[in-house]
Amino acid sequence: MEKIKEFTIKVYSENNIGLLNRLTIIFTRRKINIESLTTSEYHIPGVHSFTIVVNSTETMIRKIISQIQKLVDVMKAFYYHSDEIIYQEIALYKVPTSALLESNEIENLVRRYNARILEVTPEYTAIEKTGHKEDTQELLEKLKPFGLLEFVRSGRVAITKPMKELAVHLQELEEATNYTND
Amino acid sequence: MKTNEEKTAGKELPAEGTVITGSEALIFSLLKENADTIFGYPGGAIMPVYDALFDYRDQLNHVLVRHEQGAAHAAESYAKILGKTGVVLVTSGPGATNLVTGLANAMIDSVPMVAFSGQVSSNLLGTDAFQETDVIGITMPVTKWNYQITSAEEIPEIVAKAFYIASTGRPGPVMIDITKDAQFGKIKWHYEKCRRIRSYFPYPKVQMDKVEKAAHLINKAQKPLLIAGRGILISKAEEELMNLVTKADIPVTTTLLGLSSFPVDHPLNVGMPGMHGNMAPNIKTNECDLLIAIGMRFDDRITGRLDDYANQAKIIHIEIDHSEIGKNVTSDVAIVADAKDALSRLLPLVKENDHKEWVESFRKEYKKEYEKVIKPARESKGLDIKMDEVVHLISDKTDGQAIVVTDVGQHQMVVARNYCFKQARSFVTSGGLGTMGFGLPAAVGAKVARPDRVVLGFAGDGGFQMTIQELGTIAQHKLPVKMILLNNSFLGMVRQWQDMFFDKRYSFTELANPAFTKIASEGYGIASRYIEKREDLEKAVDEMLDTEGPFLLEVKVMKEQNVFPMVPAGASVSHMVTE
Repeated sequence: MEKIKEFTIKVYSENNIGLLNRLTIIFTRRKINIESLTTSEYHIPGVHSFTIVVNSTETMIRKIISQIQKLVDVMKAFYYHSDEIIYQEIALYKVPTSALLESNEIENLVRRYNARILEVTPEYTAIEKTGHKEDTQELLEKLKPFGLLEFVRSGRVAITKPMKELAVHLQELEEATNYTND
Repeated sequence: MKTNEEKTAGKELPAEGTVITGSEALIFSLLKENADTIFGYPGGAIMPVYDALFDYRDQLNHVLVRHEQGAAHAAESYAKILGKTGVVLVTSGPGATNLVTGLANAMIDSVPMVAFSGQVSSNLLGTDAFQETDVIGITMPVTKWNYQITSAEEIPEIVAKAFYIASTGRPGPVMIDITKDAQFGKIKWHYEKCRRIRSYFPYPKVQMDKVEKAAHLINKAQKPLLIAGRGILISKAEEELMNLVTKADIPVTTTLLGLSSFPVDHPLNVGMPGMHGNMAPNIKTNECDLLIAIGMRFDDRITGRLDDYANQAKIIHIEIDHSEIGKNVTSDVAIVADAKDALSRLLPLVKENDHKEWVESFRKEYKKEYEKVIKPARESKGLDIKMDEVVHLISDKTDGQAIVVTDVGQHQMVVARNYCFKQARSFVTSGGLGTMGFGLPAAVGAKVARPDRVVLGFAGDGGFQMTIQELGTIAQHKLPVKMILLNNSFLGMVRQWQDMFFDKRYSFTELANPAFTKIASEGYGIASRYIEKREDLEKAVDEMLDTEGPFLLEVKVMKEQNVFPMVPAGASVSHMVTE
């Protein structure tokens, strides 16, 4: 049996209504769960980017990428192993301010985990940490005993290590394509 | 009152810049895309378009079906026969949901089709308004592309895009949902054909290094076998295929959807592969040293058990859809390109060759199959008529020149195995989806597409009743379709599996049927004949073919005939069973 691994998929597309749905259908058809999904406008105007994290086999991912690439509104889709990307997630934590004032433990945690305090009010304190899931999870576990009020973690964002730019990929695709068959 | 029969003056398209309604823009856009036929069914949310259509009904032949599913299947069939995009027009809500089966069928069989549905006004979207349904959401998995138009300005551009997407690359269905206010809205008329979309790469250019590798493999092959799929027909590459295989002397097997892409009576045609295909192409798949697959996707009904499929062979896969490469079968050389383009580049690099013994070995295998299966079925001496005799006789009587449409099930396989196709684009069937009820509306579409050719619509008693209401369409439009109903009073294919794999427990497969010929003749005024004796068969077939209008020939056939040979589900193509 081929090993199940974590893959990060990057999709560059037109910003059209319904595309997200078309993308997720490709995963649900094969009963693959999406672990995280982030979407935002790319630095090229009109291009949208999706970062999708899934656990699956490489063979399956290759087929999925092919089917994503086939979507009319998708310009290009790639998949990466974790060591081919630089990625981050952001986590926000809300703790009671009373817990912060009772001792200096929370302050120490914030310092030790390279987190930062965003806002302090008489009732709550908001803390932010950026990092990999394991890191934000660890801080979460550490903050739980202090009466954690709320927690949220974003989907993954990633930039890639390979140096080839999207525009070059697109140009290659364009050069390799006939747009009509007459 | 104005009726459809009154002729219009043949209105001309308006000048650029003329102010028109969204509905008119839709009609004009269709005319600009050279559409001449619409299969449709009116309703509340599409009424403005129907009203605009009324003035252009002499240029856009509207075929009024009896159920929207029928419109989709008819349009698919029309598209397959003409190699041109089919057009469907329906209303919102149930009108659109009734299309879903047809869209799924067109999607899996790569049929170019553009379907338009009306939608509630844009201010009512999402409010559960009368006959509102999320058409875009529902049809997303079964369309190549879909889009909701909410303002009249979008209509020309989106229609142009829809036709471009549906018909290029690997073709497929496109669904366009148009809100009622967009239909009523006013725009200045302007139309431009779509010639490219920046995120869409329909025709990958042929990579010559791959072609050279393929040619090398072909030139050194001792035992090559070529599988021709629907891609040959889509790209109109029949001639290129013929040139290649005659030059290099390569036996050709045509898939169910590739039938009629290569003449059945050609000495290099070795039959159909797959579950109910011929023995030779199946067995030889596991004996050949080179398998050349063109415009096909290695469906499980063709490959049988994947881990025992052509392991000994080198495989060349020519396919326009890159996502099919390596999806089911790994190839040694993959050429991602249009079949015609790839074949015409391949041809000059392929050497003339001779594989006499290898080709002969297929014939030997065929002889065995003929003696064991084909002949006994075609020349049955038993009391009951077998399906094969009927199809074989009709094939002879029409000299293999008719357009043949089938429904799904046993009769479909029998027709595919017994009709001697001599002309390209002559077979219409539901392949990937296996849609019962496809046959009758598809026969309508085929006849509308080619009024000059004989159209034979074969069906079983199960599938025929799934869309039997289309007899109304045939009657109203006076379409001289020749319907052959092979009635065994069973859902025959399911019964066959129950017989073979479920201890003959015939769970809900026996049908108590109506008097079909009475429905046709007394109900719809369609000429018909019912026969159950062999001696009446030929006369009845002659009567059917000699009748000018539509005709239903119902043949009572053997109740429990099984279709053989067969690759049982999950078995290897090497292991066909004959009983």
